[in-house]
Amino acid sequence: MKIYRFNPETDHEPHYDIFFVEANPNDRILDCLNKVRWEQDSSLAYRMSCAHGVCGSDAVNINGLPALACQKLIKDDSAQEMLIEPIKFSLIIKDLIVDMEPFFNRIKAIQPNLPPKTLDSSTGTERLQTVEERSRIDDAVKCILCGCCVSACPVILEQEQRFIGPVAILRAQKYIFDSRATANDTIERMRVMEKPYGIWGCKSYYMCTVVCPKKIKVTEQILKTKKKIIQEFHPKSE
Amino acid sequence: MIHQYDVVVVGGGIAGLYTALTAAEHFRVAVVSKVHVTRSHSVAAQGGVAASLGNEEEDHLEWHMYDTVKGSDYLADQEAVEILAKEAPNAIINLEHMGVPFTRNIQGKIEQRRFGGHTRGYGVAPVKRACYVSDRTGRAIMDTLYDRCQAMGVDFFNEVFAVQLLFSGNHCCGVAGYDIANCKPQVFHAKAVVLATGGCGKIYKTTSNGFASTGDGFALALDSLIPLEDMEFVQFHPTGIFGLGILISEAARAEGGILRNGSGERFMERYAPTLKDLAPRDIVSRAILTEIQEGRGVEGKDYVYLDLREIGKELLNQKLPEISSFIETYLGIAASEKPIPVAPTCHYMMGGIPTDTAGHVLIDDGKAFLPGLFAVGECACVSVHGANRLGCNSLIDLVVFGRRTGVSVADHVKEKVLPALPQQAESVAADKINSLLDSSGNERVSVLRAALQCLMTEKCSVFRNNDGLKEALEMIRQLEKRLANVGLANRSKVFNYELQEALEFGNMLKTAEAIVFSALQRKESRGAHYRSDYPERNDAEWLMHTLVYAAGEGLEAAYKPISITRFAPEKRRY
Repeated sequence: MKIYRFNPETDHEPHYDIFFVEANPNDRILDCLNKVRWEQDSSLAYRMSCAHGVCGSDAVNINGLPALACQKLIKDDSAQEMLIEPIKFSLIIKDLIVDMEPFFNRIKAIQPNLPPKTLDSSTGTERLQTVEERSRIDDAVKCILCGCCVSACPVILEQEQRFIGPVAILRAQKYIFDSRATANDTIERMRVMEKPYGIWGCKSYYMCTVVCPKKIKVTEQILKTKKKIIQEFHPKSE
Repeated sequence: MIHQYDVVVVGGGIAGLYTALTAAEHFRVAVVSKVHVTRSHSVAAQGGVAASLGNEEEDHLEWHMYDTVKGSDYLADQEAVEILAKEAPNAIINLEHMGVPFTRNIQGKIEQRRFGGHTRGYGVAPVKRACYVSDRTGRAIMDTLYDRCQAMGVDFFNEVFAVQLLFSGNHCCGVAGYDIANCKPQVFHAKAVVLATGGCGKIYKTTSNGFASTGDGFALALDSLIPLEDMEFVQFHPTGIFGLGILISEAARAEGGILRNGSGERFMERYAPTLKDLAPRDIVSRAILTEIQEGRGVEGKDYVYLDLREIGKELLNQKLPEISSFIETYLGIAASEKPIPVAPTCHYMMGGIPTDTAGHVLIDDGKAFLPGLFAVGECACVSVHGANRLGCNSLIDLVVFGRRTGVSVADHVKEKVLPALPQQAESVAADKINSLLDSSGNERVSVLRAALQCLMTEKCSVFRNNDGLKEALEMIRQLEKRLANVGLANRSKVFNYELQEALEFGNMLKTAEAIVFSALQRKESRGAHYRSDYPERNDAEWLMHTLVYAAGEGLEAAYKPISITRFAPEKRRY
């Protein structure tokens, strides 16, 4: 394995270290990283938690593309040497660890914290939602906030770092398309999407869809959201 | 750095976030977590959350209560179980109102499905009581609570590791920790501290738990001379993917999955003629291991098959998409075409920090509590799960007791002024870190940890006996001595995981010791605690909760009565 290394306490420049790890075809990349840390070099830094693709901690670039280290197996890649690097969109703090603050700020930016106008426990009954209505947010519910989409987005990487990015739009899609939301909430959320560096920054490169470890059709959801915004705010341009 | 808050919550899973959210209505709340909050292990909960809504068929809270008590092998406190069952339906409504995207049925109501041990008519047949979000129920609830917490202005301190509770006299007044990113001490000075640190699956070799489940809250409590309750009751989920331990939810059996031994026999019919594959977890786990031990595993190997083929591809995609993808990713097979090799995997700790039904931490065998300290979720023991938890009862526990704890925290904070911080508050974490960073011993944490995991798996899993437990206790004490001689190869102060893992291993050892010690004392078999040398339940002598306290070099046991209000203990048949 060839692994990106950078220790801010001692290094001016990053470098790569090569480790030899014995692995079975069914081993996860994360298992190999653990073998390195526990058996060869205890200073190797990377995040992990659930180890089966639900917590979203261990997104890294594997042979150039963002993926979850716990969800990629050795046999998934025919390359003899695995190139492991940090995901790209943010400041690299140490080895495979990047600053996640800007990532979570993207989600904050869509204002999931809109006042809960729809929350009214006083009725004491559930709100109804048809199976079809619920299915509109199926895809967005799968998101695990791993950051793969943001670190594969050509707009963010090459053009405009301030673009809010796929993860935030997908999160907004979940709220905008939830049939339980009030019309006012939905409109307010769509307005947020129209702010500078908002949804119109997306140029449909489809890279988010390609890399999403949960197989979410991210671009399709973004396009649906754009369409809804056009219908609502710009009916003439349709 | 010293941060002042009304409330500090340690741990950001569903229990921690629900408590934080409730308290944040009127007070300043910080959530301190050693991982980013959204990585907490609650996100791995798959199958559902139990409440007798009756959306699909007749159901009653009395039935839910009875099932929970019987499932607990009559060790749960019935007063607490009654609260759980009673408040569950409204808790689900609250979640729905917050925005949790529950899966819906044809009437547009929250859909419900069957789950292990949940029955109609006091054990007659399985009932549809589990509300769910396909097989991502935990993740969906977490996402909603995370966004709501932001709306309420809860402050998150991500990647901060808590090392010690702080006291002003007998009043808990905060927690000392350090920033994993740079080793800087972080002190949280508060009127109320809530422990919501989750479980300890990582002390076993095979577990469904994430790397963060290292029993930190149990160790924080023991270190502060707080007892732990019923620690011998460790749940092994029957169906972990063989070798990996990744969870295949009971929902798979609820939707029609069947367990089969090496000769293809549906063996659960022999162990639980009424509920069969949907018997409670302790019973199914023992059945699987009995099949394997008696040579009826698949091809002589240490697993049986979970057969989902009859469910069919379409329904698998619809109801169990996440599980289907795990099976495809990690085993390279389609669940609709081939059976899945499974074996029990360490899943959940029924025991924990003793609390009353308002989250106050109890410090003796009566009702005395420690002012300013609360516990909730898996790290707490109310006790609603007794000797064996039913599936879907943990998520509802987190939500019901998360809310109740939040309310009682708010009541406490309202009346109190901020107690003084002890003088050494800031140096506590620095001293711990530095003594490890300066250590020059020759023991490696990764080696010691592997030894503990093997030991616990061999001697203190589903089947236990006196000799094995005694040996385990002896070896844990040896590991404690070896830990004192640990040396870190990595002296960095930036994201030093060798350091963190050393601290976590100390917590794992203390937790393991409490488990083994409690298991050694309890000379009967009840729920998840099965002693092959005492194979029967013994209500005359053991219908009581275990408490263990730190005492000198070791532990001391005490016992406290259980609350029986409605259902007298009966023989447990399914």
